[in-house]
Amino acid sequence: MFKKFQPSADVSGQVSVKSSVQRNIRASILSQWNINPETFEQIWPKKEPLTLVKCREHISIYTLHGEPLFFQHFDGPFFPTLRLLHKYPSILPMVRVDRGAIRFLLAGAHMMCPGFTSAGGSLPPADAALPPNTPVAIHAEGKEHAAGIGLTKLGTEEIRKVNKGVGVETVTYLGDDLWKIQQL
Amino acid sequence: MASTEQEAAPVEPTPPKQVLYCQVCTFPVEYCEFGSSFTRCKEWLQKENPALYDKFYSEEALQAKIGTLSLEAQEKLEKDTAKKEAKAEAKADAALKKKMASTVTIKRIERNKRKHVTAIHGLEAFDVDLKKAAKFFAQKFATGASVTKNMQGLDEIVVQGDVSGDIVEMIEDGVGLLKNVPKDNIVEVEEKGKKAAS
Repeated sequence: MFKKFQPSADVSGQVSVKSSVQRNIRASILSQWNINPETFEQIWPKKEPLTLVKCREHISIYTLHGEPLFFQHFDGPFFPTLRLLHKYPSILPMVRVDRGAIRFLLAGAHMMCPGFTSAGGSLPPADAALPPNTPVAIHAEGKEHAAGIGLTKLGTEEIRKVNKGVGVETVTYLGDDLWKIQQL
Repeated sequence: MASTEQEAAPVEPTPPKQVLYCQVCTFPVEYCEFGSSFTRCKEWLQKENPALYDKFYSEEALQAKIGTLSLEAQEKLEKDTAKKEAKAEAKADAALKKKMASTVTIKRIERNKRKHVTAIHGLEAFDVDLKKAAKFFAQKFATGASVTKNMQGLDEIVVQGDVSGDIVEMIEDGVGLLKNVPKDNIVEVEEKGKKAAS
């Protein structure tokens, strides 16, 4: 999504968000992410106004004092930025790919099923299986921090069963243009 | 909604995790090996945080890493990294060269007999924020100054009045915003009797 993203060309406008909308955003994030309100208060204090940066293809990035915090595509789920995820790794469920896949992940490719099912990869256990279209943190074998954020295309149990084709669509990854933007 | 929950459960917020980012390639240090400046990243980490450097790049760590991959794949990966690095370096070089070769054109345009505007083009190649620079010129010369698109569709700053001499001087002195602009790259042009009537 952010492989090519130039703030000068792709941003169509910045507006501050109405407080009623902010309330909605806060509520839906708290229900979507695995985070308690106190921690979220640290990320985004209640008094601070959020800025909505509208971009091409209906991507909305929400920033706090110019620093991107999270983004959304259409009315889809909220994704934290990778920097935020590094600080609070537990907010998204984790999947892990093997070492061979890192190279492709950092080039922006979608993650294929075998990367998760091989020895180096891991998926949540069957009793915590994820449905399709869930935001996940993509970790890598032997690494401590997340390398990307994705959206599951298949349920995790299905990934195990099918073991072919795209399992997780990469939304943002280390070194893409969203990563390079530190201030918007 | 959040506030009621807060009152009900005084839970301590989880403190944020500190991540060490590489100053060279901006990745978390463990991902430097996949970046395009691995050699420089390694040097930086060795200087900055020797303990971590040992953790990632000591003989044992490298051995452990190879264990999970076949030898062939490892070789290929290394080759790829080297290639990528060379490519990135060449690109950076080319960019620098281009930057050094690009010129700043200061054009004095006759608007009306005895009246001129000054168009400055090419500042953006030297990391000058055009909007800020325009504002700065406007303040400095007490005239109007704006960022407009010229006929080629490129951004330039148009300052009202003939201030070309002053601007050249300012660039040579390296005032404020303009300090990164090398003075050898300035070209002064005069344009008279415009064809396109506006």
